[in-house]
Amino acid sequence: MSNHDKQHITPYSMYVIVWLGLLALTTITVTVAGISLGKITIFIALAIAAIKSALVINIFMHIKFEEAIFKVFLLVSGMTLLVIFVLTFVDFTYR
Amino acid sequence: MANGTIALNGKSFYEEGTTKAKSGIFAWILSTDHKRIGLMYLTAIAFFFSVAVIIGIFMRLELISPGKTIMEAQTYNSLFTLHGVIMIFLFIIPGIPAVFGNFFLPLQIGAKDVAFPRLNLLSFWIYIIGAIFVLVSLVLPGGPIDTGWTFYIPYSVRTGSNVSLAIFAAFILGFSSILTGLNFVTTVHRMRAPGMGWFKMPLFVWSTYATAWIQIIATPVIGITILLVIIERFFGVGIFDPALGGDPILYQHMFWIYSHPAVYIMILPAMGVVSEIIPTFSRRTIFGYRAIAMSSLAIAFVGYLVWAHHMFTSGMSDMARIIFSLLTFIVALPSGVKVFNWVATMYKGSIDPKPPFLWVMAFIFLFSIGGLTGLVLGSLATDIHLHDTYFVVAHFHYVMFGGTGTIFFAALYYWFPKMFGKMYNIRVANIGVALFFIAFNMLYFPKFILGYMGMPRRYYDYLPEFSGWQLVSTIGSWLMLIALTIVIWNIVYSIFHGKKSTQNPWGGVTLEWHTTSPPPLENFEEIPIVTHEPYDFSQLEEMKNE
Amino acid sequence: MSSIENTLETNSHRHRDDVGAKMGMWLFLFTEVLLFGGMFLVYAVYRFQYPEQFHLAGMELNTTIGTINTIILLTSSLTVAMAITALQKGNKFLSTVLLSLTIVFALVFMVNKYFEWSAKINHGIYPGSKELLEKQNGEILFFGLYYIMTGLHAFHIVIGIILLSVILAFIIRDKIVSNDLVKLENTGLYWHLVDLIWIFLFPLFYLIQ
Repeated sequence: MSNHDKQHITPYSMYVIVWLGLLALTTITVTVAGISLGKITIFIALAIAAIKSALVINIFMHIKFEEAIFKVFLLVSGMTLLVIFVLTFVDFTYR
Repeated sequence: MANGTIALNGKSFYEEGTTKAKSGIFAWILSTDHKRIGLMYLTAIAFFFSVAVIIGIFMRLELISPGKTIMEAQTYNSLFTLHGVIMIFLFIIPGIPAVFGNFFLPLQIGAKDVAFPRLNLLSFWIYIIGAIFVLVSLVLPGGPIDTGWTFYIPYSVRTGSNVSLAIFAAFILGFSSILTGLNFVTTVHRMRAPGMGWFKMPLFVWSTYATAWIQIIATPVIGITILLVIIERFFGVGIFDPALGGDPILYQHMFWIYSHPAVYIMILPAMGVVSEIIPTFSRRTIFGYRAIAMSSLAIAFVGYLVWAHHMFTSGMSDMARIIFSLLTFIVALPSGVKVFNWVATMYKGSIDPKPPFLWVMAFIFLFSIGGLTGLVLGSLATDIHLHDTYFVVAHFHYVMFGGTGTIFFAALYYWFPKMFGKMYNIRVANIGVALFFIAFNMLYFPKFILGYMGMPRRYYDYLPEFSGWQLVSTIGSWLMLIALTIVIWNIVYSIFHGKKSTQNPWGGVTLEWHTTSPPPLENFEEIPIVTHEPYDFSQLEEMKNE
Repeated sequence: MSSIENTLETNSHRHRDDVGAKMGMWLFLFTEVLLFGGMFLVYAVYRFQYPEQFHLAGMELNTTIGTINTIILLTSSLTVAMAITALQKGNKFLSTVLLSLTIVFALVFMVNKYFEWSAKINHGIYPGSKELLEKQNGEILFFGLYYIMTGLHAFHIVIGIILLSVILAFIIRDKIVSNDLVKLENTGLYWHLVDLIWIFLFPLFYLIQ
């Protein structure tokens, strides 16, 4: 693996567009919270948070443009956290 | 094939350092040389190991007969807590990675140091600070922590002993572990010598790499758990207070989500060392290299999935108990792969029964007993009977002490000539291993019997029916003290007075044996270029010319 | 170039390895993810056990302040990201302006947090208070989690402010320049993580009605 002499420069416009997207998603999530949707509200809120995170991680944190290994690392860590949640809830949901 | 021969300027890393100071204490405590850092860890770890051993001796002395023998119950509670805290957080978890990982990871991949040498030094200093916090917690008013090393709530929130200070020490030590982990992962990814692809790396590197991932991902969970206990003690938020809705089982989940992977932090590096020693002393390439490499990753991953087998009697749901028991049986498989491959390596090999090999033989026996009794505990029905008894105590001493501890000594005896440029007394070493093995089984095997008979753990007093085996175990502890003294004394004496060693006394072929004993500051005279397969002993002829 | 000669150019003996530095930073960020992840696990379990009481307690939090703080942090992520682009393009002045803006946003966030916490504390809602202890367990746990999680998050914001300030000083003194800016990138990564944590904290505490 060699260092790239030419680093990838993210244009200002891409950052601004992502930012606008994040603001839009924030607006949606706040509005949805005002509507009483019962149990699925939390899932919608978390789904929107996940989309926002994906934007921040890929563009702001640049992982979309980094070597593949970074994405592998992220996947491994994410999977581990997910597994921890799932297995813990196996206990609490079956009490 | 590395071309390095005698160091160009003939200086070892003892004579040439990274600090402005050329000698004296500042040449060591400010050094960013991974080899010096490894040796500093060795010194500190040896000290704390000794302290914890002495505590164990006193515990066994109290338990030689029922009733009070030499101390009050409260003292006993603090002693077993400290024995656990020091052994686990100051000896076994840092243990092999901090000493041998630091010293040998760069050497084995042909690098001149780790990816972040200054961070490495910081890791060491954080370790020392954590250790100081432990020591301070012993003497401040309130008395030493008495919760057991697992500091379960609600007792850990309610007891007046110095819980916050002691567990904050563990929090600090966690940082040391995390930083070492991220240093090692980056080092393996970024600093391998030309030609050293992933599947040319020594198996010790594979296991250190897998361990480093566990250090990174698991440690923060105990970090937050510790913070929450401290916050609960100071502010009474309720998270870990059952009276306010706090759930003790949730605490146990969080504690073991780290502490189970932690045992793989303890054993994986040891297994890596075994994979180094067996080929060398069988003069045969390792059987199933890829299987062993992959099994390290498998153990690291599956190790995250089994934590609640420590909680079968806690009040968890039945569904959880079944699932965790199943997962526990699965995690035994990759370890089995390793043991079979090690044995297959020795088959038709040319065995050289030097001390490192003898330590490994002891390991295979002791770790197998430990591992198999783990299955007894992992099985729900038997665990109900055996949980919180001496059976558990015996099991984990067999795997942690008989496993990792034994290999810590094996690694010391294997890499001693490389680290110090000297050789120790082989006969004394052999006596040491033999005595250790006998003492170990005398000290710990009775505990399986006692546990099966119903003797609970962490108990200061016991019924007369347990006296016989308790006595045997205590006598075993005295034998162990003698054995450890011989084992450690041989090393310490030989560091200063041992005969000078050759570059490669055992005939190893991994890169560390291609450089001088001890190595120069930057490890190699020239960047090694790797062309051989790992554990290819046909190199030995070429290496004689180095 | 043969592959061996090629690999002789690799990083094992280079003095500077930007990819390695970034890798180390990402690995550190994973530890933060797991640290907060543990906290989110506690939240998830207790919310699962006390759903109505969490809703009840959540109504006491001010959604407006929470939303404003969300927008502030999202914008601060924008400015720090643009600061990197600016420096990469050689525009040191713009970079320092954007970085300074990031710090300003962070400080505003902290000020908002101060007012938010003060208001709560003045109403007698804080760990161990008489008012709080009179509530049901689920509500007590909600506020315990609120203080701990936003507190831990705020602690990370303070660290971020310090880091950003140090990096700003480095840029001004040309210790970080357009062809050697991995320290800035790594600081940016840390800052985005702080933003990410808030992205999850926000709906879980402020949008729970």
